[in-house]
Amino acid sequence: MEQMEQSNRRSFLRTVTAGAAAATLAGVPRVARAQTKLTFGLWDHWVPGANDVLKGIVTDWGKSNRVDIGIDFITSIGNKLDLTAAAEYRAGSGHDIITLGTWNPTLYKEKLEPMSDVAESLIKQYGKFQENATYLNFQDGRWVTLPAPIGSHTYPLETRMDIWKKSAGIDVQEMFPADVKKRDKKKIDAWDWKMFLAGAKKVHAAGFPLGASIAENTDSNDWLGPLFASHGVFPIDEKGNITIEQDATLQVIEYLKELTKYMPRDIYGWDDASNNRWLISGKGSAIINPPSAWTVAKRDQPAVAAQVWHHDMPRGPKGRWRGALPFSWGVWSWSKNKQAAKDLLLYLSTREVQWKLITASQGYDYPALPAFFNHPIWQEIEPPKGGQYNYPVRGDEKLIVAGWPGKQEYGVQIYYKWLLPTMVGKVTSGGMAPKEAVKWAAKELESYKRG
Amino acid sequence: MSPNSTAVDAAATARVRPARSLRLRLHSRSAIAVLMCLPLLILIAGLVAYPFFYSIYLSMLNKRETAFVGLANFAYLTTRETFWMVVRMSFLFTFLAVLWKAVLGFTLAVVINTLPQRGQRVWRGISLVPWVMPLALSSLGWWWIYEPTHSALNWILVVVGLSPKPWLSDPVWAKFSVILVNIWYGTPFFMITYLAGLKSIPVELYESSAIDGASAPQRLRYITLPMLKNIIAVTVLFSTIVTLATFDIIRVLTRGGPRQTTHVFGTYAFELGIATGDVPLGAAVSLFMFPILAVSAFFILRGIRQSTA
Repeated sequence: MEQMEQSNRRSFLRTVTAGAAAATLAGVPRVARAQTKLTFGLWDHWVPGANDVLKGIVTDWGKSNRVDIGIDFITSIGNKLDLTAAAEYRAGSGHDIITLGTWNPTLYKEKLEPMSDVAESLIKQYGKFQENATYLNFQDGRWVTLPAPIGSHTYPLETRMDIWKKSAGIDVQEMFPADVKKRDKKKIDAWDWKMFLAGAKKVHAAGFPLGASIAENTDSNDWLGPLFASHGVFPIDEKGNITIEQDATLQVIEYLKELTKYMPRDIYGWDDASNNRWLISGKGSAIINPPSAWTVAKRDQPAVAAQVWHHDMPRGPKGRWRGALPFSWGVWSWSKNKQAAKDLLLYLSTREVQWKLITASQGYDYPALPAFFNHPIWQEIEPPKGGQYNYPVRGDEKLIVAGWPGKQEYGVQIYYKWLLPTMVGKVTSGGMAPKEAVKWAAKELESYKRG
Repeated sequence: MSPNSTAVDAAATARVRPARSLRLRLHSRSAIAVLMCLPLLILIAGLVAYPFFYSIYLSMLNKRETAFVGLANFAYLTTRETFWMVVRMSFLFTFLAVLWKAVLGFTLAVVINTLPQRGQRVWRGISLVPWVMPLALSSLGWWWIYEPTHSALNWILVVVGLSPKPWLSDPVWAKFSVILVNIWYGTPFFMITYLAGLKSIPVELYESSAIDGASAPQRLRYITLPMLKNIIAVTVLFSTIVTLATFDIIRVLTRGGPRQTTHVFGTYAFELGIATGDVPLGAAVSLFMFPILAVSAFFILRGIRQSTA
């Protein structure tokens, strides 16, 4: 057993060395091993052609390393990816490597092979992972999974720059140019939630309201979480204290009572695609979303797409926050080829491979390693040229997945029991007093601590 | 006769007896019935009985499934405001949907039954369309009809001079919307069952009542309804079971929203068990349906037994 572990460590170290160098020299690193098999459950990418590029990379690696790799692309539509992971976890069998949605590392960590060796070698080579990716993947003193760039995304503001400039007098392109060195600190500091509200009133008056859902969907969490965070509101702190009952929470709810007056009244029934349709239809002037809305607009409404600028969220009294939904890769503990699985994931995480994958996803996939933010695609992709430059965080924004910094077991409940959208909706749509809604939220949070 | 020959005969008899007895048993009708039912029994045991008992077991574990907690999950649920909202919605959904499906199904059946034979076939076929379509697919169709921003229904309302309605974004309208889809989907089941029942009522009963001067409402009240009583009871029971366990319609249309107000047992159990990983609590939610259905089944079936006794 010990001999086998030593052998594994040796082969792993060889891969670490090979991962960076050999990928560029010979195309694919080679590790001597007997013929083995691996199965890989991958997220079915919505960007046309992205799956093919990934499949090619994985297959080439398999051929070079005597690993026969079976790939399944699993859609996240209808929760199929989550259901697959849940079924495999309970059955104790399935793929060797599985793509896990944002909170799944927390749910399934008992049956996942620690990935600390792979993660630490990547950190050594490229620097630290983003804090939100670390929060979701590093638990109980170990990397339970590896941050997966494929499918990971963030939620910047996606603004119709023509409408905001004309109707609200706010030039987001000038404020957030496609070169971080050209940013004007004064202008960016002025870009706060008050300014956003003033702009929202004007674009609404012009007949082009902004739209953001307050419903049972991830988009709702991914803009409400950052809004509350920028006012210093986190439902549960890292020590497990319920911290939602504070003045700042009431302030944000009052703010939302005002802001929602200038949004479509049906945001309470929206799903994750509704805001995309809202922007693409030409009726909306801003949404909070990854560049998927822009991609569809480019195909269906090119005139709209040409006016869409991705940029930073507004600042609050406690900073500027942006929502994020990272994906992860996990190796199940029952896998018979854990070392081969780790070698493959390490290879897929190298800069050279990441470069190809980010290109294939047209910049949608968001790397967990800031070292990769200098990929040229976000500057080059158009129209408009530079419109996605700010998709990777360039300024003072911090990424958050609603639920942070509470213990992950509480975080997943805050997120998937829709605490924030429900609390807000009770007031802005249901007419409940803000204090009552916050009390309700605190009571809910107390129940999340159930063991 | 040698002692050995007696022993040989006895052994031969022993060999023949089990073979003959097996043949006899196989020839008996009950043995054949059991054999033929066996595949179904195995399926029921594997796909119904085992999951049922496994979910009872799961519902008695703690969140991490590491300790037995007895009925603590059920007790915990009774303290949650959201759970009681789910209970209320489940009852409202089931009661209104089953009631309207029964009323509309019966009306449709009576109307179709009065049509000439040729017309009946066409209308019967058309009426069955909602029921034979995959529910997830038809729910998606309904989603496009209700879609908050580009609702086809709202477009029509605006065209005819009415105001658009928040079909999925207001709790009252959202409840109405999901119940309406369930009625649309389930009415054909009632219709076809009642139509079969209507066909089995002897025409002589209607003829003699007509001679006696009975009006149409009287024929309905004193002949049709009493003759269909058991069929109505069975369809209501069956539909109650299926409607209370609804999942697809609500999952596709509202995902339990707005503000969790349209969750029923199935969707809430999914949210707890799959999305947040609390499988024992999810199992406990889904098991709350069991006593409700058991009590309903008891009373309905007892009613049928009493009326046929």
